[in-house]
Amino acid sequence: MVRDITLGQFFPGKSLMHRLDPRAKLLLVLGIIVFIFVAGNFLGLAVIFSLVVFGMATSGISIGRYLKSLKVVLLVILITSLFNLFYGGGEPLVEWGFLKITMQGIRNCIFIAVRIITLVLASSVLTFTTSPTQLTDALERLLSPLKIFRIKVHEIAMMMTIALRFIPTLLEETDKIRNAQKARGADLESGGVFQRVKALIPILVPLFVSSFRRAYDLAMAMECRCYNGGKGRTKMKVLHFAARDIAAFAVTGCACAGVVLLRIFVTHPYL
Amino acid sequence: MNVLELRDVTYTYSPGTPFSRTAVDGVSISIAEGECVGIIGHTGSGKSTLIQQCNGLLRPTSGQVLLRGKDIWEQPKKIRAVRFQVGLVFQYPEYQLFEETVRKDIAFGPKNQGLTEPEIEERVQRAAEFVGLSPELLEKSPFDLSGGEKRRAAIAGVIAMDPDVLILDEPTAGLDPMGRDTILGQLMAYHKTRGNTVLLVSHNMEEIARFSDRVLVMEEGKAAFFDNTAQVFQHGTELMRMGLQLPQTVRILARLRAQGWPVDPDVLTLERAAEELYALWSSKQKGEADG
Repeated sequence: MVRDITLGQFFPGKSLMHRLDPRAKLLLVLGIIVFIFVAGNFLGLAVIFSLVVFGMATSGISIGRYLKSLKVVLLVILITSLFNLFYGGGEPLVEWGFLKITMQGIRNCIFIAVRIITLVLASSVLTFTTSPTQLTDALERLLSPLKIFRIKVHEIAMMMTIALRFIPTLLEETDKIRNAQKARGADLESGGVFQRVKALIPILVPLFVSSFRRAYDLAMAMECRCYNGGKGRTKMKVLHFAARDIAAFAVTGCACAGVVLLRIFVTHPYL
Repeated sequence: MNVLELRDVTYTYSPGTPFSRTAVDGVSISIAEGECVGIIGHTGSGKSTLIQQCNGLLRPTSGQVLLRGKDIWEQPKKIRAVRFQVGLVFQYPEYQLFEETVRKDIAFGPKNQGLTEPEIEERVQRAAEFVGLSPELLEKSPFDLSGGEKRRAAIAGVIAMDPDVLILDEPTAGLDPMGRDTILGQLMAYHKTRGNTVLLVSHNMEEIARFSDRVLVMEEGKAAFFDNTAQVFQHGTELMRMGLQLPQTVRILARLRAQGWPVDPDVLTLERAAEELYALWSSKQKGEADG
């Protein structure tokens, strides 16, 4: 079912990773993602990868959960690395029609796979240890300088919070409606593409109707509590940078510097 | 002949994971043709899971569901045919309305059955009559109806499939007292005319008392009681322990009986209770006059 997808799921806890400031985590993960692409060789990637593994180890979340999040993107990893297998220059090892596999191709194939795996794991550490509320809160704070350009940062963050909040609700609702229509003999499993799309109408129409109803109800409830946007609004949980956040920045900064140095000084073609 | 039979049915949600939860645990019941069965139980006692197995929306983890003596999962590909024979009306069914007109929405089920246009038309007419929807309402958009009308339109959508077994999950929840009475009355009339089997899940004991021949009491996934309505309501203390109530009339009469009055234990409905009390009252008057 749709609900089994692990990607982007929060697991509550009290580990070091959980206690890091969400702003710090968000920035660090963004930085790590950038440097995954800066890393031009395996040595640089290894530095970043061990940093991510360190993050995983201090998140208090079992390795199985991380593997599950990789399973979701397994197909993407396979397809992209397969394409890269055939796109390498140099002497062909095996030739098969217009396809040829070279040493460079094998190297690229593994490199891309490790790159995507590191990318997914890094973002998993963030989403597993940071609740959606914390994330949007962090985003709101980080984007608050944009207020100068009259961008309504608070409203954007609030919209994101609400959207995230209603994903499980809507999934549940979809399940209910689907069952109700199946009870009336709706055939959702067979038929061609066109028929299947048409079979979605009895599910989508009620879903839209109830989403609008929920939106009206929510707007009413917010107004009843005198919500009027972000102006003069204080936070229940104020974010504070702590020593551990600074330490995290320092460690990641060193790692990134290492990646840059390795890129400049290591030029072996297969590394 | 039993129209519906559950044999040792067990249902576990997400088995083999830490979230595994057994919602229905070894339930065996058989329901005879033309019976009205009430299903009661505390929230989370497994009622909804149980009824979704009766029409094959959920497949039991173990055990069998037999429809007229045949296992409904014998041919999993033909499970859709079972859903036309066992009609299921979900809680708050008005949220499933989707068509442009009420008529089209009621016709959704019969159309899926593959009936011809005139047959569908007839089914829609009869279903609308059963639930008291006037012909001009049929041409309206379902979203323009009132709450009670929407509910009745949704129930008509299932009745229109002409199922041998009709299962309703709290059909009167969230309606005003008038709406409740109307729907329950129409369902009873429908049952009488059509003579099919009806299963009614409800939290309202008065409804259960009025409606059902037999009552199934669910507790933590198990069938705690399954007996004649009057018999089940004799177990007042156990029902209270399960967080259930007795119908008001049954409670009053039970207290009278505890004080030594000769009250018939089979009386369940308000009308019968009034007769019973009147008879008692007049015999008491008579006794005092004689004494």
